[in-house]
Order: sequence, then C-alpha cells, then structure tokens
Amino acid sequence: MSTHVSESESEAQAGTDQQTTDRPAAQQRRLEKKRARNEQRDQASDSTETDGQTVHLKVFRYDPEVKDKQEPRFDDFHVPSKKGMTVLDGLIYSRDHYDSSLTFRHSCRQAICGSDALFINGSQRLGCQTQIDDLDQPVRVEPLPHQEVVKDLVVDMEHFYDQMDTVEPYFQEEDLPSGLEEQRQDRENREKIKMSTRCIWCGACMSSCNIAAGGNYLGPAAINKAYRFVMDEREGEDLKQQRLETIEEEQGVWRCQTQFSCTNVCPKDIPLTEHIQELKREAVKSNLKFW
Amino acid sequence: MTLYEHDVIVVGAGGAGLRAAIAANEEGADVALVTKLHPVRSHTGAAEGGINAALRDGDSWEDHAYDTMKGSDYLGDAPAVETLCQDSPEETIQLEHWGMAFSREDDGRVSQRPFGGLSFPRTTYAGAETGHHLLHTMYEQVVKRGIQVYDEQYVMDLAVTDHEDPEDRVCQGCIGYDIKTGQLNGFIANNGVVIATGGPGQMYAHTTNAVAQTGDGQAMAYRAGVPLQDMEFVQFHPTTLPSTGVLISEGVRGEGGILYNSNGERFMFEYGYANNDGELASRDVVARAEVTEVNEGRGYENDAVHLDMRHLGEERITDRLENIIHLATDFEGVDPLEEPMPVKPGQHYAMGGIETDENGETCIDGLYAAGECACVSVHGANRLGGNALPELIVFGARAGRHAASEDGADAQIETGSSARTETADVDVPTELGRVETGSEDAVADGGELHSGSPKEVVNRALERQQERVETLMETDGINHADVRSDLQETMTENVNVFRNEAGLKQALKDIRACRERYQEVGVSDPSRTFNTDLMHTIETRNLIDQAEVLTLGALARTEFRGAHWRQSHQERKDEEWLKHTMVAWNDGAPELYYTDVILEGESKEYEPKVRSY
Repeated sequence: MSTHVSESESEAQAGTDQQTTDRPAAQQRRLEKKRARNEQRDQASDSTETDGQTVHLKVFRYDPEVKDKQEPRFDDFHVPSKKGMTVLDGLIYSRDHYDSSLTFRHSCRQAICGSDALFINGSQRLGCQTQIDDLDQPVRVEPLPHQEVVKDLVVDMEHFYDQMDTVEPYFQEEDLPSGLEEQRQDRENREKIKMSTRCIWCGACMSSCNIAAGGNYLGPAAINKAYRFVMDEREGEDLKQQRLETIEEEQGVWRCQTQFSCTNVCPKDIPLTEHIQELKREAVKSNLKFW
Repeated sequence: MTLYEHDVIVVGAGGAGLRAAIAANEEGADVALVTKLHPVRSHTGAAEGGINAALRDGDSWEDHAYDTMKGSDYLGDAPAVETLCQDSPEETIQLEHWGMAFSREDDGRVSQRPFGGLSFPRTTYAGAETGHHLLHTMYEQVVKRGIQVYDEQYVMDLAVTDHEDPEDRVCQGCIGYDIKTGQLNGFIANNGVVIATGGPGQMYAHTTNAVAQTGDGQAMAYRAGVPLQDMEFVQFHPTTLPSTGVLISEGVRGEGGILYNSNGERFMFEYGYANNDGELASRDVVARAEVTEVNEGRGYENDAVHLDMRHLGEERITDRLENIIHLATDFEGVDPLEEPMPVKPGQHYAMGGIETDENGETCIDGLYAAGECACVSVHGANRLGGNALPELIVFGARAGRHAASEDGADAQIETGSSARTETADVDVPTELGRVETGSEDAVADGGELHSGSPKEVVNRALERQQERVETLMETDGINHADVRSDLQETMTENVNVFRNEAGLKQALKDIRACRERYQEVGVSDPSRTFNTDLMHTIETRNLIDQAEVLTLGALARTEFRGAHWRQSHQERKDEEWLKHTMVAWNDGAPELYYTDVILEGESKEYEPKVRSY
C-alpha cells in the first residue's frame, strides 16, 4: 500500500519552520497529533488491500526534499475498481484516500488542458484519456521520460515551452482589413491547418522522440506550431519564408528521422511526422540552395 | 519571500485574464499574469460552443441584447448587457485578426450557427472547440507582447487596506505561493489587480468544470469586502456525459441534435416543455425538462436521456462537431455516429460572482474582476449559450484597460453597499460565517486587512499568509479531500436543478459542519516542492465560503426565476424579486442585502415578459 514519509522527516521539516513561528507549544501539540495521524493513516490504507475488486497501480515517487523519497522508488496503490475508470481517476483516488502527498498535474480531465501527460505502461498518454480496463496490470505510472522530474509524476516543462517560443508562435500579419472586416480564409485552408491547431502542449510527443531527448532539436510540437502558421494563407508569403528559415536551421526539421513515435503517442491524433515532412518539402521548394 | 512590483497584476490566465493583460499592455502598463496553472491549461480551453456576436446583415446588437435580457429572466443589468452586445463584434473580429482558426463559410468569412435562446444564428465558432482556439490565440498574443507570466503561482490572498468601510479600501496587490518551490511571494500592483480566476464548479460533484475551478478569486474578493452577487443562479448544462460530467456542446442541438426519453419520445415537444424551440430552448428550461423526464420514470439508467445527432450525417458532424465524437467515445464509450449519447444536466457555470460595474471595477479601489468569477451582470438568472466567451473578451478587455489607466467612461452600475436598496432578513437554521474557536490551534483562514504604504500592506499580508501556511503544514489533521467531498455531496443533493426549503436548510447545516471540520484540516505532505496537498487544502476553504453564500441566497429567494427553481414558489415574482442578491463578508459574518436590477438601457427599457420558447 501507500507509504508515507517518516516521522523524523516531518519533524526535520517542522524544525526549520520553528524560526518563523512564535508558538512552540501549539506547534508541539500539532506535531504530536500529526505523528499519531500518520500512523493511523498507514494502517487504514493497508487494510483495504484484502478486497479483490481493486486495480493495482505502481506509481513512481520522488521528492528531492523528503529524505525517504530522495531515492526514486515505486509505490503500490490498490484502488477500488469502477466501470469507466481512467488512470487519472486511480491517481486521484490514491491521493485522496491513501497518500495526500502523491503529486501530479491535472485539471480539465477531458483531454484538453494537456497537463496530465504521463508515461503509462511504457507509453506517453494522457492519464484522463486512458481507461484502466485497456491496460495490463499492474499499471505502471511514471513521469514523462526525457524531462527532469520535479516531484513524483511532475516534470519540468520549461524546455518544452522554450522550444515552442523559438518558432515565434503567434500570428504576425500586420496588413489587416479595417474595422469589422475579417480576413478571408478558404475553407480548404482552414481544413489544412485544422489538425495542427489541436495541439494542447502536453509534451507527449517531445518525450517520445529520441532525437529530442537531451538535445536542442525543436521537436515535434514546436515544428507543428510552425506548420500551423506557415500553412495559414492569411500570413502571406514573406512571413512564410521567414518562418521556413527558422524551422530549417540546424535544430529544425532536418533532424527528424521519421520514426513516427510522436505521431503514435499524440493524444489529439495530430499527424506530426507528416507535418514535419511537409515542411521539409516546403523548405526545399523555397530554398533550393540547401541542396 | 520575494516582492515583485508591476502596474497591473492579473490573477488567472484563462480567456478573461489573457484579454485583460493584453488590454493593459496596450494601454502602456507594465502588466503581469499570475496563475496557478500554465496559461494554456486554463479551463477556457474546454469551452466548446461559440461566441455570440452580431456580425451579419439582418442581425443587430439590439437583438442580441434583447435575447440576452430575456434569457436572463430580466435579472441582467441593461447597461452591462448592452455593453456586451455592442463590444462583442469588435472583440470577436479582433480574435480573427489575431489568427484564430474560426470555422469558415464558402466565401471565407467566419461561420455562425444557431444556439439556444437566440433569435438569429449569431454564434461564431471554431468546430466544437472554440474555447481551445480562443485560449491559445490569446496566449500567443501574450507571448508576442512579452507580457510577464508567473505560472504555477497560486494566489492565496489579496493585500487590501484595513479601512472599516469596504468602499474606502484599496487593493495594493496579492500574495502568491510558488507551487514549484513553496516560496511565498508578494505582488505589488501600482494601478490595480484584476481577478480572472474562473468559476467555482468544484462545489459540485457532477460538473463540467476543471478540477482547478475552485473559485479562489471569488472567495478572496469576498473576504476582502466585495459582495458576491446573485450566486444562487447556477447554470446546469443540459448535456453532460453521465459518468464524468464532460460537456457535450449546445452546438449539437444547434446543428439539429434531438433529445429523446426512454419511450423514444421527443419530450421537449411531446410533453410541452418548449413548444416553439424544442431542444433549442434556454438551458434552464431544457435541464428541468430532462430531470422531470427522469423523475417520472422516462429516463435511461444513470438518470440520463438520449441526445441523438446521427441524422445530421457523418460529413456535417465531422465538419462542425468532430470533437464531440472524441469526447463521447473516450469518456462514455459511445460512438455518437452509431448510437445516441446518454446525457444529463451537470453544474456548468456560475451566473453570479464578484460584483463589478461595466468597467470591471469592484467597490474596492484598484480591485477589478472579469470573466466567470465576476458578475457585472450580463447573465442574470440564466446565461444563454455562446454568451460566456464574449463576456471574457469584452469585460476582460475593459477591466484590463481601466486597471491600466484611470481614464474611461464612468460606469452606470453602482457597486458596494451604497447601492443597497434593501436589507434582508432570512431565517437560517445554523450559525454562518467564521468559526470562533478561541484556540490558537485553529487553522488560519486568511483574508485579513492591513494598513500603511502599498509595500507595507503587501508585506503584512505576506506575513499573515506565511503564518497560515506554516500552521497548515504543521497541523496534523483530517485530509481536506474528506471535507471537500462532503461539501460536494450536499450541494449536489440539496442545491441542484430543483430546490426546496428543507433541502437548502439542510445544506446550510452541512456546510457549517464542513466549516467546523475544516478547522482540523492539516497538510500531511511535508515537502516545499510542488505541494499540491497544501494548495488543495486552501482551495477547499474557498469552496466552503462560496457554497455558503450560494445556499444562503437560494434560501432567501422565494421565487422561481431562470435557473433558480423553488418547489413551493412556482412563479416569477417581479413585484418582490426583481433585484440582485448581495452577500458581503462583514467582519466574518455573511450579510445579505439587495440592490435594484437596471432594466433601462441606452434607448429602451426591457420590460419583463413571460419567457416562453
């Protein structure tokens, strides 16, 4: 069942707090209650293991600040099984009933906020979109590979965001119609960029790409973002040329080895590899000197 | 602890927050966004249907305003509603100019479609994922302008001066908890703070709202002295998936989707709930019809009815509602191209919120609010589908602009207790407000007021919140999740689509019990790194305050208006109830009073009529 940080650890943490509070007696009482409660909770979570109708989750744990968790490990959670249960449901249940320190990002639980991309049974998926019934047990839940782990299942997304920023991810047309007149866009052109605009910035693709791992390759998400603007007819030819120059630089499209791992894991079914290949073709067409 | 200083601080980075930041930036202000998520994780991304804007020949802002006043069941304020409808076309086209991927007509112009309660097909959309496109388009503009974003920074409290009368108070900034490091930071706002933190849907067990929708901004403003307005009006969306609460857009009915009961009857017509508009009646009407069908034994298991869109044809569905296919398949295991979707009403939107005028300003100097957390009020007793997204951009922009510069037109809507027209007396079954424990062990609840220079005010608030965090971290106690689930349960049971006096009184008692139990919560995670246990514990306190306000307002309002249905009061009582409910945190005790609804618009007066669809 779930494990908890040791009492000595809680105490050490509280010890540093003492400098900021002038109520040591109250603090002492609180700490004593805290210890007793931790023990109770441990016992309670152990007792639920006897029930056969449970799902078994093996969840990665790590916290640089808590002594017991500084060495990465897996914790086992046995969660009552429910029809339609997702991996995210299982994690929330484990946190709310067994161990409130279990940490993961999540918000919309409908596959649009992109915050709960995880490495589930060896594949990048959204926790909220993945039915436990579809997986072999025990279900192994880990943080996204190739990104620094902040704590438990939370990874540092800064590199991902930085790569997105590199492609100047914003509409730049300045020659706009006036007043309430909109820019015209052909239905076909909207259809062309449609899939690329579905990106929810979850980071699954970057994590699955072994070329992006540890390097500076722009990666599938950022290139897809560039695709979204390059192919949008409203931006015009000059901007298109400028954008193509960015994505064909050293760390751009030419690093892609068409392994399709990004396309395979994308929770929004964006044909990422195809978009990268199309940009390679556009780059060749517009800048023959490369060859 | 670090102190940051900006002209304008925007708290929350969904649709309203991003739009406010861009507007403040365009006024030349140094603006920062402080948000507990990363901006692209905001719940605006989950909005599906569209943006109402009168863009076409044959339509006009006046018609949009008329539909909105009618939809509001005459509880909207005309100056706010007219502002919404006048500004929406320009704001919508602004999004198009920023590159938003709207769905298109054959001539290349943006598409519009019919929506519930609208007399013209004026809902502009991008597939069934309009909010996603809107959110990302505006975040792109924030990146383009280099606006400072403090992400994963949870704002716990406002720094407000300690004048006795809220109308004399000044908001000097806010306090953020850096989720990544556990550090508390002070944010000094030289010109103003804009709250754009979204709705409080997590009060309910079955909601379309994200887990992050805990109404933090509403609760903070409330404890700082701003009244919460019309909180009893909660929108229950008629089409949510039964197992998860995931939203199935009104666009499905807009495109021609049909609701059936278990006898295969098109009940909206067959049982006379809406003889003219059927499935496209206003949301409150459809939600009540569904629950009635289920209660009378004509529902499907899980308390649901069926929504069928198969007859629209795969091509049309894929073109305009593709996202719905994915949602129904992933979250309900139903392929809507092959079979109807089970749906039931779920909590969706808070019509009420932080009282503001049409410039987004509250009664506290320097404190603004916009979006779902605010109540200006444009939705009154019931919001029309497609009116939430224009609200975000219209009032987000106005709040940002006004916070950045003192210039601008005076507001017609008066705020604060000086707008009070009537004090209320309501029989409550339990004590309300702050729990007086007299014990130093009691968990600090935040919301203190401070005096001195802006820096001193922020520093004092910072110290207070630091103390609160230390106490929560040291206390061993019950898990906040137990309290939160009790709260969600009583709200779902007693303060839902149908309400009665006994249930509302029971809810107030249950909420009181939650508040008392909350005194014993503790954070068991000892880590300073990404301590979501701590954050969720603070959020839970916010939910308790809001649930209490909502239920108190609902108990007091003995009539049936818009989304607020009362068993023993089956009619709209215009003589008595054409007024806004205000609940103010008066020294720890909720104080209830009323202000007048403004039905007089720019050139006409909106006369209350029977609302039929």
